[in-house]
Amino acid sequence: MDKKINGKQKIKEEYSSTEMLACVASNTLEDRKSVFVGTGLPMIAAMLAKRTHAPNLLLFFEAGGIGPEIPVLPISVGDSRTFYMAIAASSMHDSMSMAQAGYIDYGFLGAAQIDKYGNINTTVIGPYEHPKTRLPGSGGANDVGTLCNKTIIIMRQDKNRFVEKVDFLTTPGYLDGYNSREKKGLPDGSGPYRVITQLGVFGFDEKSKKMKLVSLHPNVTIEMIKENSGFDIIIPKDVSITKPPSKDELKILKKIDPAGMVIGK
Amino acid sequence: MGYIHIQKFEIRQAVLKQLGLPYHNIDQYVIGKGFSYIMGKKPTIVNNDGIKPIFPKDLKGSGCANKVEVAYSFGHELRGLSPSSRRAVETGKCKVVGEISNAGYQWRFLAAMMGLPFIPTRVMLGTDTFNKSSAKVIKDPFSGKPICLLPACYPDVAVIHVPRCDKYGNAQIDGITVEDFELSRAARRLIITTEKIIEIKTIREEPYKTIIPYYLVDAVIEAPFGSHPCQMPYLYFFDEEHIAEWLSLSKTDEGVAQYLEKYVYGVDEFKDYLELIGGSKKLAQLKRIEKLEEPMSAPWIKKLMENKK
Repeated sequence: MDKKINGKQKIKEEYSSTEMLACVASNTLEDRKSVFVGTGLPMIAAMLAKRTHAPNLLLFFEAGGIGPEIPVLPISVGDSRTFYMAIAASSMHDSMSMAQAGYIDYGFLGAAQIDKYGNINTTVIGPYEHPKTRLPGSGGANDVGTLCNKTIIIMRQDKNRFVEKVDFLTTPGYLDGYNSREKKGLPDGSGPYRVITQLGVFGFDEKSKKMKLVSLHPNVTIEMIKENSGFDIIIPKDVSITKPPSKDELKILKKIDPAGMVIGK
Repeated sequence: MGYIHIQKFEIRQAVLKQLGLPYHNIDQYVIGKGFSYIMGKKPTIVNNDGIKPIFPKDLKGSGCANKVEVAYSFGHELRGLSPSSRRAVETGKCKVVGEISNAGYQWRFLAAMMGLPFIPTRVMLGTDTFNKSSAKVIKDPFSGKPICLLPACYPDVAVIHVPRCDKYGNAQIDGITVEDFELSRAARRLIITTEKIIEIKTIREEPYKTIIPYYLVDAVIEAPFGSHPCQMPYLYFFDEEHIAEWLSLSKTDEGVAQYLEKYVYGVDEFKDYLELIGGSKKLAQLKRIEKLEEPMSAPWIKKLMENKK
């Protein structure tokens, strides 16, 4: 392995790591389920899923777009493309209430930092009162991470992002592990489901709720996973290899994002 | 914060004079469809939400706000982060007095519109977002489980841009309403800006279309393209070229001053502003993009792609 894998360079000639993330995220979504979608890769992943294995996937946008037939990639969660030919153009109160009532199966999240329990920081790097870097904040992330049944986190992985303790806990994962999430009053049975990075796919141990490796992307080794994490990840005996993007998926991705806004060129 | 009182049906200029804002400024701020903040020469708290892009969000970066409650206030979604608002907070010029989530933000309006002191929710429990918010946790008296209480938020002034309303302020909204329904009922003062003013007869013929009734409205301002550089669903799309200019200029304080001088202080009337941003040619293009007759052109796409290489 002499090629660097940092997301900005191609792992192989056939597909980029961003395309890999989009396809893995898409394949995580099942048909006849509902998903809370944000801008960027989540939107691409949901659109790809709808055009491949999950035609009956129901998309919810936080600003009120529900079940659209997205014509071109929306640039905002309030963009009119999020309710183009939709089944409803509703409100944020409605979308968020549906999530809170347990109707939304999947939710997507991004993260600047994540810890072993899937807790996420998107608020500040450095001390809160004098931030080194001010990040977007919660936005709808805390809501998605709290209310959706299964959250899927898409992020770049390295030692500064996979950390022992997040600088600011913006969005709840499994908090301190075990049943601490339910104890704090968060919905029963909800929480992080998958973490998808440029190196692999991760899940969470059923009991301790610690992060565990589910699959390695092609050409990635377990050593690379360890080198790029600030905490110990549970490595099961049998780890599968992530299915790389198919030609069809890559073709559809190009159609979804012809300008390369999210996928790149 | 001075008390702002606006008589109904006053023309835009008078309203803006009372607000102590330059004439066209309001239209600059009336972007997206609904948001709330305290306006005036020295605003104190800006309740900043997640959905509305550009200017309300960047108010703090323009030196117009010194305290903010923030949900999604430092980013412009696909376009990247907001340089001016980040700088304002990182340098300490603007203080973040509270964090909140988007759901929490708009449910604070729901509590207010219901006339309740707070509303229970599950969001924010167990997080630093909660620790830095105005919410509290109590034991649900029915289940015994922890539940988060969001205090009602009554904005002093809200400005909501709509596609059409009558001269009394009865307003219809096309497409998603985001939090306009709740916000319009929570605000102590409500200014409606509208693409056009229609007859009350039209309102009465289709009363089910009224999202905001007149008794909530303190002033109506007719302002075609008042959402620029943001979108008005079914009418015109985001002006991504203008947004890119702002994002680029707002990287420095000098750039912010330059922008404000050019587009805010330097123009007398909103129609002059519209001329400045490209006039009828640009506006016609934005209409075509919204109707999917022409692809969006956004200078920031090129930069995004360079970053991805």
